[in-house]
Amino acid sequence: MKILVCIKQVPGSNNVEVDPVTGVLKRDGAASKMNPYDLYALELAVSLAERFGGTVETLTMGPPQAKAVIVESVCMGASRGTVLSDRKFAGADVLATSYTLSQGVRKLGDFDLIFCGKQTTDGDTAQVGAELAEALGIPNVTGVLSVEEIKDGEVFLTAALDNRVLTLKAKMPCLLSVGADINTPRLPSYRILREVKEEQVRFLSFEDFPDREEKHYGLNGSATQVERIFPPEKNTEKKTVEGGVEEMAEALFGLIQSRKLL
Amino acid sequence: MGKLKIHPSLVTESAAKELTKLCPFGAIEYEEKENRLEINSACRMCRLCVKKGPAGVITYEEDQKTEEPGHALWRGVCVYVDHTGGEIHRVSYELLGKAKELAAVTGEPVYALLIGSGVTEAGRSLLRYGADRVYVYDREELSEFLVEPYAELFFRWIGEVHPSAVLVGATELGRALAPRVAARCKTGLTADCTALEMKENGELVQIRPAFGGNIMAQIVCPNRRPQFCTVRYKVFPEPTPGKEAVGELISLPVPEEALRSGVDVLSVTEKPKETDISEADVIVAVGRGAMSDAGLALAGELADALGGIVACTRPLAEGNRMDAKRQIGLSGRTVKPKFILCLGISGAVQFAAGMKGSDCIVAINKDKNAPIFDIAHFGIVGDVFEIVPLLLEKIREVRSHVS
Repeated sequence: MKILVCIKQVPGSNNVEVDPVTGVLKRDGAASKMNPYDLYALELAVSLAERFGGTVETLTMGPPQAKAVIVESVCMGASRGTVLSDRKFAGADVLATSYTLSQGVRKLGDFDLIFCGKQTTDGDTAQVGAELAEALGIPNVTGVLSVEEIKDGEVFLTAALDNRVLTLKAKMPCLLSVGADINTPRLPSYRILREVKEEQVRFLSFEDFPDREEKHYGLNGSATQVERIFPPEKNTEKKTVEGGVEEMAEALFGLIQSRKLL
Repeated sequence: MGKLKIHPSLVTESAAKELTKLCPFGAIEYEEKENRLEINSACRMCRLCVKKGPAGVITYEEDQKTEEPGHALWRGVCVYVDHTGGEIHRVSYELLGKAKELAAVTGEPVYALLIGSGVTEAGRSLLRYGADRVYVYDREELSEFLVEPYAELFFRWIGEVHPSAVLVGATELGRALAPRVAARCKTGLTADCTALEMKENGELVQIRPAFGGNIMAQIVCPNRRPQFCTVRYKVFPEPTPGKEAVGELISLPVPEEALRSGVDVLSVTEKPKETDISEADVIVAVGRGAMSDAGLALAGELADALGGIVACTRPLAEGNRMDAKRQIGLSGRTVKPKFILCLGISGAVQFAAGMKGSDCIVAINKDKNAPIFDIAHFGIVGDVFEIVPLLLEKIREVRSHVS
């Protein structure tokens, strides 16, 4: 069984601000990390490969530095991974990102199962997994909680959908988006880290893809455009209390009483 | 659409260093030995390097418009109606109210689309909420949500009716369905919009927090249709239904071949009813500054005293300090209580997006520069661990007098 896990490198911190005077975007220089939601997907994939036999590969799109998350995934049990990196991929929205990933998947060959995390902590859209399944023309399930059995080309699983838990059967190949907190991801092994070989991390660019139409990638392949970015509106009718503790507690107490909460 | 162009003749070491520093995404790289400047794929096309960088080193080249969008063909605002077994999710009413507002700008119709089994009667009720036409795909095999047949019917419907904009409730079902349909239409999809506006030319302005931080992005989908977005429950107000139904209900045939699915539902269990923070009227929300055991105990006591429930920010849910279902924010739930008290919460946009609609927002935080004070109606700059115990004492005092 061949399993692929899509992962992403995200900023280590989300402290981004717009300077109100210059309009410049300020992001503090914290290190980047693997998207925390991807860890659950990777853990599930690796444990399934151990249980049912098979290999796990990882795939990411990003700048060359994104190599770091591929190395981390190898330290967690993937056999190797691929970074899709090209300036032509820059400025991609959900549509262009999922299309680029689908081209990467096609280049890498056939997989029985593709896993994605629920969402990323920087984009927060939770849409790329389903759009990737659509671009590949395979079934997909979101909110996967557990995989119970894999046999005869089918995977038996449970998934959450709003207030219900579904027991499902899906034909492979298929794509599964994994819920948060469904397992305890293993820690990366430092023993493996020392032994990671150059050939376990592969780079692919636009030139390697089956579809070499520039209009399908990056900003050109994106349907949406960011017209402007701006700091969130501030509340103008605010009241602020500073001073002694007693005074502040009293003010809050007064507010609670006036709101008839007691 | 276009691309960034680097003009090598203008690249100097100082210009290059300035640009590398300016780029918030670390997408500009400089090779000192060869004096070569490059933009890597971390670029998000924010174009700050063009606007704020040394003049002319990086420019933005607009592409020739190649596609004729033919937007005149696409008319009307559609709401996908979310339901479980015919029971309509309230977010769909909220979206119908918004759709009516948006459609009024251009004088276009409002559509509702309903897919399921035995849902025709439910569809009729939507006519009182401002839908000019309610389209229904009703067939027994559609009783359980399966993404492939639902997406196929949705896609076929879009191909026939050509709505200009499609609004989908960001329930788990909506989030599963919308991306498959949007990708099949090769159009854009904006998740979790917090505001929507219609331009007179029919362009839907979609606003959402972006880059996972304290920034709002205004997003449009200029060259493709339909313009697709999802919106959380409780972001827009629910409209009051009209007394009489106006408009018509149209039942559409469900072709056999649209039912194909690689996924089968074997069984369904209802999750046990849980406290749903989105339904609460009073919330005591705890952030990083009050996440200790003592902080959580205080919050619990206060919530009990006020008849409310405790909720939290992302760090607490991620650190397993509290159940993820209690998390407010973009990666958690959206809440709109009458009263929310934020304890030790800095107020990142990620969080704010999930509670900004609350009637009365109160914040206690030691840091007077915390962004929470920008959205709070009532801000208290002080220590949660000093103020809350005093407050509890006062509440107890009042209670003992009453009883």
